[in-house]
Amino acid sequence: MRKHYRLSNLDCANCAAKLEAALGRVEGVTAARVGFITQSLTLEFAEGRESEAEAAARALVRRLEPGVSMA
Amino acid sequence: MTRKQRLGAVRIGVGLALFAAGWCLPAGAWRLGAWAAAYAVAGADVLWASARNVLRGELFDENFLMAVASLGAMALGDFAEGAAVMLFYQVGEWFQAYAVGRTRRSVAALMDIRPDRARVLRGGAAAEVAPEAVAPGETLVVRPGERIPLDGTVLRGRSALDTAALTGESLPRAVGPGDAAPSGCVNLSGLLEIRVDRPYGESTVARVLALVEEAAGRKARTEAFITAFARVYTPAVCVGALALAALPPLVAGGAWGVWAYRALTFLVISCPCALVISVPLSFFGGIGAASRRGVLLKGSTCVEALARVRTVVFDKTGTLTRGAFAVTEARPAPGFDRGRLLELAACAESASTHPLARAVVAAWGGAVPPGAVSGVREAAGQGVEAEVRGRRVLVGNAALMAAHGVALPPWPGAPGSVVHVACDGAYAGSLLARDEPKPDAAEAVAALRRAGVRRTVMLTGDAEPAARAVAQSLGLDGFRAGLLPADKVAHVGRLREETRAESPKATLAFVGDGINDAPALALADVGVAMGALGSDAAIEAADVVLMDDRPSGLPLAIRVARGTLRIARQNIVLAVGVKAAVLALGALGLAGLWAAVFADVGVACLATLNALRALRLR
Repeated sequence: MRKHYRLSNLDCANCAAKLEAALGRVEGVTAARVGFITQSLTLEFAEGRESEAEAAARALVRRLEPGVSMA
Repeated sequence: MTRKQRLGAVRIGVGLALFAAGWCLPAGAWRLGAWAAAYAVAGADVLWASARNVLRGELFDENFLMAVASLGAMALGDFAEGAAVMLFYQVGEWFQAYAVGRTRRSVAALMDIRPDRARVLRGGAAAEVAPEAVAPGETLVVRPGERIPLDGTVLRGRSALDTAALTGESLPRAVGPGDAAPSGCVNLSGLLEIRVDRPYGESTVARVLALVEEAAGRKARTEAFITAFARVYTPAVCVGALALAALPPLVAGGAWGVWAYRALTFLVISCPCALVISVPLSFFGGIGAASRRGVLLKGSTCVEALARVRTVVFDKTGTLTRGAFAVTEARPAPGFDRGRLLELAACAESASTHPLARAVVAAWGGAVPPGAVSGVREAAGQGVEAEVRGRRVLVGNAALMAAHGVALPPWPGAPGSVVHVACDGAYAGSLLARDEPKPDAAEAVAALRRAGVRRTVMLTGDAEPAARAVAQSLGLDGFRAGLLPADKVAHVGRLREETRAESPKATLAFVGDGINDAPALALADVGVAMGALGSDAAIEAADVVLMDDRPSGLPLAIRVARGTLRIARQNIVLAVGVKAAVLALGALGLAGLWAAVFADVGVACLATLNALRALRLR
């Protein structure tokens, strides 16, 4: 199960790379891709764990990059 | 400029003004106060972010390193330098954000094919709704100058469509009732009523946009290398800084202050931003440049594979050739002329739907008068027998002629399909129908060779003479005729092995029209699907999608891929080289914090500007 998100106010390429690495380690997330230029995020979730993993990913984005919003 | 950027510009301006004011003030508390204010205005958010990240245990955070570098310089007594480092760091960050924003917008503008509204006829009146809310079967009204929001078929009206956004083709396409109206095209001249064939999510526009977003997500090896490099670069430079600060004084008895200052220059250039930003930006620019001209590259991985293509294998029908027959030669028998021969054949075949028959009718160009043709009998796999104005006419292959005892002159090695015609039992002449090469096919093959492709091969199920004629006229290096679909896959596999054997990094591209080609597309290093407007399977299976059906899109794609990779490599060399030079000069005490911060900011800006060149590749 794969979902796309828009990230706004993501304005540092290295932060994007770090965010991507951290999101990939979230429990229930099987793959994470942050497109710095397209300001997009793609998450792939393990079967049946979408909602908890998505909540964890949102919390992580809030913690790592407080200025960035994920829609 | 966004609101955030304007705010940043104001902050930097105030910081610079305070900094300059400090220089004018006499040395003392006022001067230090001005500099401290400049530092606070410029660096407050950096200090705040670094505090936050350090509390989280993130030591190699560029905010933190910048804070250490600037505060360290102040601690060593160089107040102006500490403030300046922070100021110029912010100036650099601002320019970088600005340049990236510009790129983002110009790429977004290239792909600005997303329709906002659709005008639908509901209950006799036109209503404006979101494209997602339109169901198949409903009728759209598209005015001149508007973009077609969903895929459909023209019901009423005639117009010209600008397909440039999707295909890169600048010639407008004329449409009338019954013609396909792909979404994303702009209606140029007349009002069109269009029946919706597909919901928005499955329409061309939505699929193209989804592809481009996906493409940006797939990372190339060059990009993966940069990410990996960035991950070790910052810690390595920091460890280097520590060693530089501590070892010389401890081992060789150097002065602590001098070496601490040199170590700070390391911290200033410890952010790998220039690298991390410029490489994906180059790829994105290249992908954007290609998509503007109707070539979709599915991700950075295929940019790399495309740049190394040495062998190109083409499917023949529909790829190099039009996929439709045309009469190219007429050989009337004595007593008949070309016009008479075509007329007899066309009248007899006027009721047939066979592709060859359609070609004959089209070549004649006349209209059959009512009542002129009667008694039509089709002989399956052979041809047609009919009464044309009272004369018995046979049109078909050699077998049909033999069955009626008509003697034929020889036409050995005819480069196409031969249609024989007999009138009242006597041979009247022969027509040659061919699936003709596309107008730009020969130029595409030549362009591929100029782009460094060593071998071009055509695969076809057609008979040898026809295949040979096409291969020779296009200047291909080789061809294989009489192949079954499974044979094509085997050939692609074998040619791929041969390509590898010549050079391990060389790749093979297979170009097909996407119909029955999926296995070969998947097996090739680079699968190229052609004429994909409307064909889902092809878009799925391919790495490169040529939106229109011109083979010249492939050499373009290869040139763009090469250019993109070249720009990405330049940026890597530029960024790594400048950083290495500054590290060396800093360690030797030849470059101070000023030089370090200028080099770091400068290289990021230069790399970004260089990456922007990829947008203009062609």
